[in-house]
Amino acid sequence: MKAGTLRQILLITDGCSNHGEEPSAMAELAREQGITINVIGVMENDVIDEKGLKEIEKIAGSGGGVSQIVYAQQLSQTVQMVTQKAMTQTIQGVINRELQQILGDSKTMEDLPPDKRGEVMEVVDELGETSKLEVLILVDTSASMKHKLPTVKDSLLDLSLSMNARMGDSRFSVFVFPGKRNDVEKLLDWTPNLEALTATFPKLSTGGLTPTGPAIREALTYFNKKRSLRGLLSHDDEQYFEESM
Amino acid sequence: MMMNNTLRNQCKLLPGSLVTGKWNKNQYKIIKELGCGANGIVYLVESGNRHYALKLSDNGTSIISEMNILKSFSKVQGSTLGPSFLEADDFMKTGKQLPFYVMEYIHGHDFLRFIDKKGSSWIGVLMLQLLTSLSALHTNGWVFGDLKPENLIVTSPAYKVRCVDVGGTTLIGRSVKEFTEFFDRGYWGLGSRKADPQYDLFAVAMIIINSAYPGRFHKKGEGYRQLNDLIKQKKELHPYRKMLDKALNGQYDSALQMREDLVTVLSKQNHSKKKGLTQAATGQQQTMQPSTRQARRSQNNSKKKSGGFFETFCLLPSYRCSMFFTYMNSCYDIVIR
Repeated sequence: MKAGTLRQILLITDGCSNHGEEPSAMAELAREQGITINVIGVMENDVIDEKGLKEIEKIAGSGGGVSQIVYAQQLSQTVQMVTQKAMTQTIQGVINRELQQILGDSKTMEDLPPDKRGEVMEVVDELGETSKLEVLILVDTSASMKHKLPTVKDSLLDLSLSMNARMGDSRFSVFVFPGKRNDVEKLLDWTPNLEALTATFPKLSTGGLTPTGPAIREALTYFNKKRSLRGLLSHDDEQYFEESM
Repeated sequence: MMMNNTLRNQCKLLPGSLVTGKWNKNQYKIIKELGCGANGIVYLVESGNRHYALKLSDNGTSIISEMNILKSFSKVQGSTLGPSFLEADDFMKTGKQLPFYVMEYIHGHDFLRFIDKKGSSWIGVLMLQLLTSLSALHTNGWVFGDLKPENLIVTSPAYKVRCVDVGGTTLIGRSVKEFTEFFDRGYWGLGSRKADPQYDLFAVAMIIINSAYPGRFHKKGEGYRQLNDLIKQKKELHPYRKMLDKALNGQYDSALQMREDLVTVLSKQNHSKKKGLTQAATGQQQTMQPSTRQARRSQNNSKKKSGGFFETFCLLPSYRCSMFFTYMNSCYDIVIR
């Protein structure tokens, strides 16, 4: 099997949306397009309330990804782990569908004896190492996130360090919401290196609304543009579009 | 990372219960829990009058990757670094399939506690052993990845350093996915996370630094300068300075090269202060451990009175478990004495 491109949105937030479309509906839309959404809820001295927790879980659930609530100090390791875990999850979903075609209905990895499962897992690990990866990072910069942004920046640098150690290419882009004029604002275009994230990033913060749903919707169009341009070149990407779980 | 409660409940087994494999039909009797991690619980088990460690999980993915690594370890000639692999199977518990694998039970002392008790002169000797094992591993195309004192066990009566938790082990050229910041060269800004022998050698240097700074420290500003300053501040690290510097900068081509330098450092020390290596040679006779489980148990029971040097457990998963630390703390007084 040839490695395709894994597409993810990494949403970093600390609470509930309060403007625009329902975020989990937008996450569902993303999943339909083969884009996985992972959500990290960051706490510092504050706690994320019940409503916020539910929303975070729901977005990742609908987006076929992974969610995790952490204290800011643990952010680096979590960002790395969540991205990795979601990659494995997506690849396993693809492999399971292949297995079903080969072995017949409702057979998955779990039904294989441990030794065979080990062999399949080697393929999963191999694909995780060699696949191309595109991560669109969506950072909530509403007022309460302000003092957490330096930590977010560090963790993003750490993420690019981990992902760039893989054999497959990785590319990142960074968006913040709410933007100055729009719901979402592009900070960094697709790049393999997050070092390019400007020094001004930690100082960004805007008051007012938290339009998580609209931010996801706009982020998706950014992937779409990308894909229509590259669609002709990478046919084998198709296999990942259909399903992400 | 906290382990979720579902895993805890699903994989929770009481001493005396039996685990029977769905495929191979082998039976294991649970003796006690050894530790728990993000993706499973490790038990001490008995089968055919022998002891093993059994890891049970509710998540097939990560446990299968670990199993693959353990299997490759077994193929590495002459490497006694990790536990040897016995078999993998599934356990059916109330209709749910829980994958598990069985491996050698490595018993001994946590590395830092051992150094605490036996003295810092042991650090060099144990690092020599570790470098020899790493050399064999590297030659076979692997990097250990998550090297840290918590993953090192010193067995007795023959003091031998072994590694438990092989979850970070990575093929050379691939990315290291499981690591601990303090021992990770990427965190200190001193290299990538691509697996190469130098990645492990960096961690060996950090283990030596850690022994002088048991509380560890966080990165502040420029990593290399900070580490350099901290090495200068500790007298016990001075003999190792040149070697540490080379390892931190990835200047050793192989584990054996670093080992050679370490031998030189240690033999110099031996001239000035004979204690170090002589202690290593005679150390074996100092504390013998009872070899049967019954004997150990009776010693454990009387540990408060005798203050004996007794068995701590062995398998430490990547994420620390609070239960384990409660257990360790209760042993602390006795082991350190």
